[in-house]
Amino acid sequence: MANALAFSALADPTRRAVFERLGEGPRAVGELAQGLPVSRPAVSQHLKVLKEAGLVSDRPDGARRVYQIDPRGLGQIRAWLDQFWDVALNAFKAEAEREHDEETNTP
Amino acid sequence: MSQTIKPAAIRKSFTVRTGREKAWEVFTARFGSWWPKTHYIGSSPLTDAAIEPRAGGRWYGIHEDGVERPWGRVKVWEPPARLVLDWQISHEWGFTESLHTDVEVLFTALGEAETRIDFEHRGLEAFGDSEAAAQTRSGMDRGWGLILESFKAEVGG
Repeated sequence: MANALAFSALADPTRRAVFERLGEGPRAVGELAQGLPVSRPAVSQHLKVLKEAGLVSDRPDGARRVYQIDPRGLGQIRAWLDQFWDVALNAFKAEAEREHDEETNTP
Repeated sequence: MSQTIKPAAIRKSFTVRTGREKAWEVFTARFGSWWPKTHYIGSSPLTDAAIEPRAGGRWYGIHEDGVERPWGRVKVWEPPARLVLDWQISHEWGFTESLHTDVEVLFTALGEAETRIDFEHRGLEAFGDSEAAAQTRSGMDRGWGLILESFKAEVGG
């Protein structure tokens, strides 16, 4: 059932770790990779997903890019809603199937 | 200098093991039977929730103090195929007149007892424009750690 409603950008533990580190303040890719047991390209890939999900934004800082949690908070609101809807739609699915089974008497 | 983010719509597709009419009926007429009572932030606990069965109707929560609190309007009512709700709820679970985001639910029959649900909550950038946005943002700044905690609980991470 978890798979049925699958995707959320924070479901991946490493990605979550990246996001949590950004919670401490803006960081460049290299800084993020230093504290994590994954390669720098992997961190970049996670940042890309987080960015697409609206959870983080980036800005150039000289030759590098600095990532931060979306300062407007929209990504966080989105994350909250995404999680809320997972719970709500799971509950809807369960209730619809429960009623279906009750009416057709199939277990 | 940070760029403006337009959050991607929340999209979820899944199948429900029942017919399309039944899926529609449970989603709308028995909305209160599945809508999570635990996921609200506010003073009075939620006891029930309802969607009025017509375009222009209200959808709302009913709280322990007996008060009905509006969440928005029904924008599209096309049983048993398409429902669009105007979600006007801030993250504080408060109705916000100036906030408009669309929740669309499509019901597609895949078989006699199989229905695909395509769900979308879009226009989330409106959270940045509403009157409650500043308050919402400050709350979220404090609360983002809590969100992660609940994510972890949900995904078992």
